[in-house]
Amino acid sequence: MLESEFMRLALAAGAIVGVLAPAVGFFLVQRRQSLFGDGIGHVAFAGVAAGILLDVSPVLTALVFAVLGGIAIEVLRSRGGAAGDQALALVFYTGIALGVVLVAQAGALNVDLFQYLFGSILTVTRGDLVTIALLGGSGLATVALLYRAFAAVVIDEEGARVAGVPIGSLNIALATLTAVTVALSMRVVGILLVAALMVLPVSAAGRLAWSMRSTLVMATAIGLASSICGLTISYYADLPPGGTIVLVAAGAYLVALAATARGR
Amino acid sequence: MPLAVELRGVSFGYRPGQRVLEGIDLALGEGEFVAVAGPNGGGKTTLMRIILGLERPSEGVALLYGEPAHRFSGRHALGYLAQRSQAGGDAPATVREVVAAGRMSSGRIVGRLRPDDHLLVAEAIARVGLEANADTPVRTLSGGMQQRAFIAKALAGQPSLLVLDEPTTGVDAESQESLAELLAGLHGELGVTIVYVSHEFGAVEHHVQRLVLVRRTIVFDGPPHDLPGVWHDPGHMHARE
Repeated sequence: MLESEFMRLALAAGAIVGVLAPAVGFFLVQRRQSLFGDGIGHVAFAGVAAGILLDVSPVLTALVFAVLGGIAIEVLRSRGGAAGDQALALVFYTGIALGVVLVAQAGALNVDLFQYLFGSILTVTRGDLVTIALLGGSGLATVALLYRAFAAVVIDEEGARVAGVPIGSLNIALATLTAVTVALSMRVVGILLVAALMVLPVSAAGRLAWSMRSTLVMATAIGLASSICGLTISYYADLPPGGTIVLVAAGAYLVALAATARGR
Repeated sequence: MPLAVELRGVSFGYRPGQRVLEGIDLALGEGEFVAVAGPNGGGKTTLMRIILGLERPSEGVALLYGEPAHRFSGRHALGYLAQRSQAGGDAPATVREVVAAGRMSSGRIVGRLRPDDHLLVAEAIARVGLEANADTPVRTLSGGMQQRAFIAKALAGQPSLLVLDEPTTGVDAESQESLAELLAGLHGELGVTIVYVSHEFGAVEHHVQRLVLVRRTIVFDGPPHDLPGVWHDPGHMHARE
């Protein structure tokens, strides 16, 4: 398997996204915003369609759309008076509707579009890997630097607000991190499954871990293992990589569920 | 006595024409232990939010240590125990992780805890008597112990003003008594100004110096023993919803 250049690139990209997605998803799950990544994914779909229509890199336009969509959700929720799930639904449906219209304009309902919807990790190039490594590394560094602040908001948002913690700025930072993660993960698992890699490893770890920090560390380990195992299985069994990675992560959750159910 | 909190002619409504609070004048000196009581819907939580600068009065002035409360520059010195405080979400945050969150303020949000932060976290845990549970997930503790963990979180910030919103909700009578004794100890030893907001004040009645009864306006302000006996009756108009 490792003698193939495309598999070495795929494993490297999968490893980065496998760690980054649960590291960012951890804070979304704890704040009961598990579908936030899914909503951003639908906005990214509009970005991909815009990229195809304008003949520029769909990953770049998806990144721009996803960041703007994430910020829009936070602004709507904090200042627009819309409840969390309404703001999400508004941006979610607007994104998918815009994507459908732009795709029709581009006449691009074809393989090009499907590789973003379902992932195309086996076509990752060296240039793609550099982009994924740079943005992924920046994302992980941001999580490490802001871990205490994000954790404080998860534990007691109102208490953090009273203490003067800039909740609004932190929410925008988390939305931006989510958007970057979605845009990078598109190539690995596809827009339709991107949120799964942000949520399933965290849910599995949450059943086994004994503290917040151990949940985060365990979630990233499960995400990494799911990516590597999923890619390996897909290589030998000739299965779609994105779907296989997510199924392995779902399997990890079931194992954690069974392990804790037996222990209780 | 220097003032920690000063409200002058404060009125507040969440929408035009509404009056949740009206004509509130209140001055709390530094180092006082005050209970703010009243029926549910009487405006006491709103009053607390105005004191903390989380809401701005529709009319009047709210000051914290002489500064407008909503622009108060010393927020790291405010300790707050939210209503029904519990570790958020599904993460099994330990007592130590919850208390460490109390070292977070506007001043330093990036990076790791420093050695002196760890020391203050350990001291706060010891003060509320949870050393043996420091690495236990908070969600597995009793309601009373969870409240202690969140009080330790507030203490870790070394507050000069500690505000507690309905701290005894969901806590058994024995834990309410020990919570009241803990607060009295903090007040006596550390000189922290404490504002205890609750629809019932039985547990702290023997420890507070002053009771403020709120029902849209302030209907009583004085030592608890001056409160007419009939008002201790839950059926009385000032206690009813």
